[in-house]
This record gives sequence, structure tokens and C-alpha cells, in this order.
Amino acid sequence: MPVSVVNIAYLVASVLFIMGLKGLTHPRTAVRGNLLGAMGMLLAIVVTLWDQRIISFEIILIGLVVGSAIGAIFAVKIQMTAMPQMVALFNGFGGGASVFVAGAALIELIIAGVHPQTEFTIATGASGIIGAVTFWGSLVAFAKLQGVMTEKSIVLPGQQFLKVVLGIVSVGLAVWLVLNPELTNTYWILVGVASALGILLVIPIGGADMPVVIALLNSYSGLAAAATGFVLGNNVLIIAGSLVGASGVILTNIMCKAMNRSLTNVLFGIMEPGESAQTSDEVYEGKIKATSADEIAMLFDGARRVVIVPGYGMAVAQAQHAVRDLANLLESKGIEVEFAIHPVAGRMPGHMNVLLAEANVEYDKLKEMDEINPTFQQTDVAIVIGANDVVNPVAREDSNSPIAGMPILDVDKARYVVVIKRSLSPGFAGIPNPLFAKDNTLMFFNDGKKAIVELIEAIKES
Amino acid sequence: MDSIVMVITIFVLAIFVGFEIITKVPPTLHTPLMSGSNAISGITLIGALISAGSQHSTLTTVLGLAAVVFATINVVGGFLVTHRMLKMFRKKD
Repeated sequence: MPVSVVNIAYLVASVLFIMGLKGLTHPRTAVRGNLLGAMGMLLAIVVTLWDQRIISFEIILIGLVVGSAIGAIFAVKIQMTAMPQMVALFNGFGGGASVFVAGAALIELIIAGVHPQTEFTIATGASGIIGAVTFWGSLVAFAKLQGVMTEKSIVLPGQQFLKVVLGIVSVGLAVWLVLNPELTNTYWILVGVASALGILLVIPIGGADMPVVIALLNSYSGLAAAATGFVLGNNVLIIAGSLVGASGVILTNIMCKAMNRSLTNVLFGIMEPGESAQTSDEVYEGKIKATSADEIAMLFDGARRVVIVPGYGMAVAQAQHAVRDLANLLESKGIEVEFAIHPVAGRMPGHMNVLLAEANVEYDKLKEMDEINPTFQQTDVAIVIGANDVVNPVAREDSNSPIAGMPILDVDKARYVVVIKRSLSPGFAGIPNPLFAKDNTLMFFNDGKKAIVELIEAIKES
Repeated sequence: MDSIVMVITIFVLAIFVGFEIITKVPPTLHTPLMSGSNAISGITLIGALISAGSQHSTLTTVLGLAAVVFATINVVGGFLVTHRMLKMFRKKD
């Protein structure tokens, strides 16, 4: 097949990717958008298989079958609550593929006795570094989210210094590779150093900062593909890679803003300690009102509007279906029910939305923070399930607090607040939450799912 | 035009297109956006196919095979799971 035909097919594939992403701008068109993207990918693959350089199809077939089987099994089996770790894992595979492709392309040239051009080796070095950081960073993120290793921030002594050194060494190796491309081992040493850097970059990042990291790794996996596109001089790789890179950067930015933290803060695992932080005894002493399902059920008599605020705790307790039942029950009593979704609720952007969609909650009931905050004053009962820092009024009131300035959901403005939580243990920020001690707050200490089920029973009986 | 300038032009323009489109994606679809765009970044598969099939040396074939497996997991898994998620987003009839 002539080169121009292949390139035109790649152009069509790129257009399909762009149209596919455009489809994702609305839930109605999103399914079609995703299919368009998949068609673009299929077209690109089919056309590539016609490439004259491909002599042996057996190896390719093995790879495609094995990869498709593993990918399909993951995609079908995975639980919606485990989506963050799966996206992390897939990101990693994308990065790993870039490392291998760039390495193979370099070795091929050297074997063929061609002296690679400078642009080519720069791109190869970039692919190696970004790809390896993505792969290992994603694996660590996966291990943290899956509970294989602790979700807490791990800060080793001298870690920042070591990261800087590893960063400089990998760039130095890339320069060495550009000057002496015949020494292909340099590439693999570079990959090794970048791998260590990838691990060290994600290890200090704690649980609630995960959404930022996943978004950032998403962006890296795109940039790795784009860098590989520069290596191969292939436009569709460059276009697709930069689309994904841009997407990841935007999401990273949204997540950082929603936590009022800079990217450097997140990446270096820094949580600024507050100066006048009150101890939990001072905040909670004698002010906590623990309650039962029956008492809460009475709050709904005559209530007109209820807002449910889900957090990561809902995902952990797998409570999304029970929450849906509760919402339906309240609606059948003529109460207006809406959901307030904080941008960083959960462990990845949009995590809560997917869980509630799985439980058949209509998407237009899920409200963004800016939209729902003004309505809390007209809300009779706000039910907080498994969320903590994102509803902590300290963020608004105390400029010395570690979460000062973080935008929060103003649940404390509702007439009554019901907080479903196992204990008074602090959230990720490690500070007490005065919301729990407020006059209009009732604490329901229980497992998220059990609490909702008991509440449903109590409402039915009352 | 110099070929390297050409590819950089494409790179920069594509980033702008990406920014324009992605900023319009509503927060409710951010998870499918991540898994879907992630599947698209599996486009590295194309480079992997060429490396795996060209048989320059055993080493490049092995590297190519590993890359094909990784990238295919990324592509197939990514598009499928996105589809599964998106089908769940609906309004009540």
C-alpha cells in the first residue's frame, strides 16, 4: 500500500479520536463517542498491518490475542469501586509499551548500520524517561489503591534530594545517548534510572491526593505516546498522544484547584501543618450527638429537600445501591433528593458519578459543588456518607488550617446534618472536623452500607 | 519545511485541539474520559506492531511482542471498560 494511503488512513483515525473525545462532552453522545474512538483505533491497526516492513504475522497475532484477552477480562470483571486502580494499571501498560517501542526502534537502526539523527535520539530518550516513569509510577499507584501497600504517604529521609539526583542523571543519560547513539545499553540504563524515579515520585503521595496523581499519570501516558510518535515520525501517535496529554493536564489542574494545593505540594507529598490547629478533644468534647436510625427517620417527616453527600467511604462500603434505594424511598414520599459531588470525592476524578450511575441514579441528579452550594440553606437534611475533609467548615473559617481555602460543600448550612461515619477519626488532612460538633449535626456511627439499610427500614416503619 | 518543524507543528496544534475539547467535558464524565483517553494513548500499539513484525533481530521482536501485549491490554481494556461505564449513565424514561 502506498505511503500516502496509509497516512490518509492515519489522518482519518486522528479525526475519529477527536470526534470521539468530543462525544464525551455529553452523557447522551458519550457512548457513540467512545465507539468512534475505538473505530479510529481499529482503522489505524488494520492499515498498519499492511505495512511492508511487517514480515511475520505470527508474533503479532500472539501479542494481539494475549493482550486482548487480558484487557477484556479486566474490563468485564472489574468492580466500579475499583475503577481508579484499573485506570492506573492501564496507564502503566501504555507507558511500558512506549519504552519497548522506542528501544526497539533504536536497536533496529543501529543493527541496520544507520547513524540516527539527533531529533530521533532526543525523542527516544524522552520516550524512555516518560514511559518508565509512567509505568512504575502507575504500578505504585495501583498497589496503593488496591491495598497491596499502605495508602499513607511514605517519606524516606533524603527522598527529595534523591529524586532531584535521579532526574538529573536520567536527563544526563539521555544527553549521552544523543551523543553516542551506538551505545544502546545507555538507553536501558536510562530506563532503569527513570523507573526508580517513577517509584519515588508516587510513594510519598497519600490516599486523598490520588486523584491528582492518576490524572497526572494519564497525561504522562499520552506524552509518552507522543514522544514515541516523534521517534517513529508517525503523526497519528503524535496527535493521539497530545490529545491525551492535554486531557490529563486539564484534569490534574482541576483536581489541584479543588484541593487548593499546588502540584508541587502534591508531588512532593507536602501537607502544610496548621499553626493554630485545635486538638480533637477541644473540638469534640461533650458536643457530639450520636444518634440512631429511628431518630434520623423522624427528621424526614415534613422534609421537602434532602441532599446526599457521598465520599470515598461510600465506595469502600459498597453502599451506592443502598444509597440509591434510600433516595428512591425519600422521593416516593414527595421529598426532593439531590446528590452533591465534590470534585475530589473518591480516588479519581468523577469516581462518585460512576458509582451512582452504576446504581441507576440519573446523572442530572448529581450536582457539582458550585451549583449545589447556594441550595444548602433551603435543604432540610444533608446526609454525609463517608466524606470528611470536603465538608470541613475549617477550610472556610480558619486561614491557618492545612486545608484553608479549599473549596468545600457547605453542608453545615442545611437545617440538619446527618453524618454517617465509623468513628471520629480524622480524614486525610489529619485535622478534627467542627461540623461533627455543631448543634444541628447528628452523628450516626456505623458502616456506610449498614447505616443506610437500617435507615431505610426505620423510615418504612415510621 | 523542515520535517522536525512539521511534526512539532502537528504536536502543538493537537494540544490546542485537546485543550479546547476536554475543557468542555462535564465533571460527571471525568472517569470515563480518563479511561477512554487512556485507551487512545494505547495508539503506541501501531509502533509496536511494526517492531514485532519486522524481524530485524530476536531482541527487537521480543521487545515488539512485549509492546504489542502491553498496548493491546491498554486499548482493548480501555475502550471496553469505558463502554461499560458509559452505558450506565442515563436518564430515567
